Amino acid sequence: MTENLAGYLFMIPTILVLGTFVVLPILYAVFLSLHKVQLLGGIEYDFIGFRNFNRLIADERVWIALKNTAEYVAIVVPTQTVLALILAVTLNAGIRGKNWWRILYFLPTVTSSAVLTLIFMWIYNTDGLLNDFLAFVGLPTYNWLGDPAVALKGIMIMNIWSTAPFYMVIYLAALQDIPQKLYEAAELDGANGWQKFIYITIPLLKPVTFFVVAVGIIGTFQLFDQSYIFSGGTGGPNNATLTLVLLIYQAVFRNLQMGYAAAIAFLLAAVIIIITLMQQRFFGGERI
Amino acid sequence: MNISRVSWPKVLLYVLLTIYAFITLIPFLWALSASFKPLSEIVSGEPNFLPKNFTLNNYRQIFVQEPLFWRWLFNSVIIAVSVTLLNLLFNSMAGYALARLHFVGKRFWFFVILAVLAVPAQITLIPTFLILKAIGWLNSYQGMIVPSMINATFIFMMRQFFVNFPKELEEAAQLDGLNTFGIFRHIVLPLAKPALAAQAIFVFMGSWNNFLLPVVILFDPEMFTLPLGLNTFKGQYISYWNYIMAASMIFTLPALGIYAFFNRYFIQSATFTGGKG
Repeated sequence: MTENLAGYLFMIPTILVLGTFVVLPILYAVFLSLHKVQLLGGIEYDFIGFRNFNRLIADERVWIALKNTAEYVAIVVPTQTVLALILAVTLNAGIRGKNWWRILYFLPTVTSSAVLTLIFMWIYNTDGLLNDFLAFVGLPTYNWLGDPAVALKGIMIMNIWSTAPFYMVIYLAALQDIPQKLYEAAELDGANGWQKFIYITIPLLKPVTFFVVAVGIIGTFQLFDQSYIFSGGTGGPNNATLTLVLLIYQAVFRNLQMGYAAAIAFLLAAVIIIITLMQQRFFGGERI
Repeated sequence: MNISRVSWPKVLLYVLLTIYAFITLIPFLWALSASFKPLSEIVSGEPNFLPKNFTLNNYRQIFVQEPLFWRWLFNSVIIAVSVTLLNLLFNSMAGYALARLHFVGKRFWFFVILAVLAVPAQITLIPTFLILKAIGWLNSYQGMIVPSMINATFIFMMRQFFVNFPKELEEAAQLDGLNTFGIFRHIVLPLAKPALAAQAIFVFMGSWNNFLLPVVILFDPEMFTLPLGLNTFKGQYISYWNYIMAASMIFTLPALGIYAFFNRYFIQSATFTGGKG
């Protein structure tokens, strides 16, 4: 009896907060997505069935945002995963001062996306550091911020750079768990460094790679801060940096369409869930 | 001959590591240096990493001339510190209850925590905005703090931690007459320090750097946190990169400090995620 009481006293903050700000909002989101919501003065709801979802399919900007986000995920996730693995393996190769390198490399992950975006916007300026460097080594320069063809690529480069160290740390931890004996046995069989990497390291890291890719996909699909700051909230130039979360934001605060925004949020959730499930199949049902 | 055969791969390794260190550091050094340059030197187009005309004017400008900068700093500190402390307390309590206490409905609540883990944050964003609006918490500290003071991920992490925790100490304390709360306060929490430290880093940095939630629920510039303030800075001082960089440096310092302070716990928690999670 007292243990029941103690249990609930320990759980009460969690139950209240998760109930009010997670469970209730999920049910509320379902409700919103089926209504047209009027926000003038009080709130009025008109039941409109699946019309928000029909509208979403017909909305060109949804498809642009989805395409931008998908392109972003398809380039950023593999690149940052491979980079993280390379960095981790390099740091794990018995070098001196491993902790210092690790702290140094981790710096971009600690820094806020707002600060990083501002620094990179400045470096991407037409007469900024990056173009100075590209011109110096004889490569073409770009209008990174203003040209729709490269604006999203600018954000990709920045995000790969800032997120890879996070996954590097996870890979590093996992590399330490691989028994040294396996490598010794392979050496006796005459395996070289590359073969050990391909036949021992990569397969044993598979569960961690699953985790890194899954978290990477979820994170990149939620791209918002960088697009918002880069484009001043518009998703420009010419919708090049428009993402699904930015679209949700615009639906709520520019057009005051809560129901439609909720429908886009469900589309985003569905895409993330489907891709995560596909990835799970691809990795043969590995679980973390 | 022998020496060169052994050391060439190592040399290559250090060269690669150094090149990547430059790639990591250059944006920060460039920004740091700009924060000490007058604007004329920044726009002159000469890429010099050391300021020629070193000045503290940019920092003076944002602290003295920008009346809201102190307020934004204060807001960010209040919110991030409150959110961190409340998370440490409440997540541990829930994690401990789910790991150790026996109460009716325990399995159900554990299932709810696991289910919540799988829901993308965007789904709850708009309803949370409307709920906060309905209870009059938009544009307030409590609106920023209360919805964020619990985190299902860390409840789960704390539960895993407490499940593997040796029971003997708690049993001994019980024999000494401590009740559940006394045991939690005097035995369990002190021994959970590494897990709490790792959590503190993640929660503090998450709150300190958060952009989406404040952009949605804070609209009065007086209530802005630093990321929002910094973003309006960008609009207001559109080409005053010297001020923007100085403000960015001030913003980055606390997160760096926390990270440096808790670094070794952080690495332990990464082991937890990567190896056993």
